[in-house]
Amino acid sequence: MRTSLLQGWKVRTGLGVIGFFVLLALAGPWLTASVPGLDPRANDLTAIGLPPSAEHWLGTTQFGQDVLAQTIEGARGSLFVGFLSAVIGTALAILVGLPAGYFGGRTDAWLNFLSNLFIVMPVLPLILIVAGYMQGTGLWVIALIIGFFGWSGGARTIRAQAMSVSNRDFVLAMRTLGEPHRRLLFHEVLPHLTGWIAAMFLQGVIGGVMAEAGLAFLGISDSGAISWGTMIQAAQQQSAVLRGMWWWFVPPGLCIALVATAATLVNFGVDELANPKLRTVRQRTRRPRGSEAR
Amino acid sequence: MTATTPVLSAVDVTKHFTVRSAVGARSVVRAVEGASLDLHRGRVVALVGESGSGKTTLARVLAGFYAPTSGEVALEGVPVRQRRGRVERGYHKDVQIVFQDPFGSLNPLHRVRHNLERPLRLHHGVRGRAELDRRVRELLERVALTPAEQYADKFPHELSGGQRQRVVIARALAVEPKVLLGDEPVSMLDVSIRLEMLNLLDRLRAEDGLALLYITHDIAGARYLCDEVVVMYAGEMVEGGPKEQVIADPLHPYTRLLVDSSPDPGRGARDRERLFDADADGLGEPPSLIDPPSGCRFHPRCPFAMDVCRTQAPPRTDLADGRWTRCWLHHPTQETE
Repeated sequence: MRTSLLQGWKVRTGLGVIGFFVLLALAGPWLTASVPGLDPRANDLTAIGLPPSAEHWLGTTQFGQDVLAQTIEGARGSLFVGFLSAVIGTALAILVGLPAGYFGGRTDAWLNFLSNLFIVMPVLPLILIVAGYMQGTGLWVIALIIGFFGWSGGARTIRAQAMSVSNRDFVLAMRTLGEPHRRLLFHEVLPHLTGWIAAMFLQGVIGGVMAEAGLAFLGISDSGAISWGTMIQAAQQQSAVLRGMWWWFVPPGLCIALVATAATLVNFGVDELANPKLRTVRQRTRRPRGSEAR
Repeated sequence: MTATTPVLSAVDVTKHFTVRSAVGARSVVRAVEGASLDLHRGRVVALVGESGSGKTTLARVLAGFYAPTSGEVALEGVPVRQRRGRVERGYHKDVQIVFQDPFGSLNPLHRVRHNLERPLRLHHGVRGRAELDRRVRELLERVALTPAEQYADKFPHELSGGQRQRVVIARALAVEPKVLLGDEPVSMLDVSIRLEMLNLLDRLRAEDGLALLYITHDIAGARYLCDEVVVMYAGEMVEGGPKEQVIADPLHPYTRLLVDSSPDPGRGARDRERLFDADADGLGEPPSLIDPPSGCRFHPRCPFAMDVCRTQAPPRTDLADGRWTRCWLHHPTQETE
């Protein structure tokens, strides 16, 4: 399974880009600290709003901060929020969706009611209110809030899939053997949903990064933390667009777009794994030209 | 029928399903009505009928998946209690089921070994690796999957339909049940391996004294394997008795139709049409179970239907040598005709 997942160029590119940003995020503090003059928080009053130069590769902000250092530091913040919120959202989706689909009946009615409630809830205003209360408590809380409000659609997907898998004969057969529900859920049904869960997780990462940027743009973020979202928000507040300071908002914006594209590419690959029809198409296109395919 | 207590019996079991249409109208599907069945140690009972006659529903009631709407299932004479539609866990220590589809009844993600080890761990507390290996090998050898070491580590997709069904049977046997319910266990297999599977089931019945319920629509297979035949039509049992008598000399017109539908080279092509005075299309279809015909459920298709058949359901008439039928033709009140 792993070998075939890595075969397509989409998955390779996607994983490559995500891997690059993850490395950047992990090595970020070390990178910025070891390169002299690169401190994402230091305000250099001698270099305010400078375009890219040899000294500041991506220029400086209106506050005299180095944009490259901020982008690296921002990767840390954005990816942290993205991954943590995706983990929380996916875990909640599984915990609600799996039992709902498997047990059916009254359990399903209650759990499904809960997910429907979260689907119709006006999530953005709620996040705004909750995040407003939690202001200044760090990226952890932002990730928790995004994850907590973003699981409901996934739960419905998992529920539908679990319902279909649970009705297959092998689950019934293993139940007849006397397998307890816990084992049926996690050893018979759940492994069949890995493709869905992987796709949902990646979708969650994209959603988390975007939501964090969106919230930060609206001013809801930890003022001390640096993420791509806070960078864009600062640029907006200082009307970087009007001043023509493109180097301030393009790097973080591009990074968000890149991560989202990469996750989508990996998702395509997972989709191809789960849907054999797409896979055969890929194999046909990969045949050398001039062979019997054309 | 013997005088001993049956291992598993259904006593007047009725199963209705309530279905709701999109607009909320409720209707009741009368899948099984008043079915009684006894399974004895070392004996095979065939349950025959066309699709939709309630065979599988009855098997699932017996397997404990559904609680009967009325009537009861008794294991060795003791009624089985059901709590909220689920049987108590010990029940499946004695009753196991083999499904029709060998491709669907094995989880594609688990090796053969996993499937056999789980029941050994759950029901016999087998823990040690060496002991597990030995028991798995024994099971595979019993269902003639040899060399066992080679099969134990295969995934279901590496096996043929017949091999999978053997694994399914081995998995059921790992529990060491008293009753094995076979829900059309061979109908999805190639004709060439059906006989082998029937012989395997026959051997298990002889060696372990398993009580077998063999559900099928294949009269020839039933005749080969079974001791007793019970015929179902539209959710009701219409005839039962020792297989030779029932198949050679069917009492109920439906049994006759069923027996005559199975290919027999010794019979003329048009005999059935002559008997029922209609061709295959003219014989109609099984009735709707939501709104079954009044009286005898077979009367719209029956060439011998009388007035009484349209209004009153025929009671069970017991005849000599353990045979019985539900048909007004054989009811004592009709003997004078």
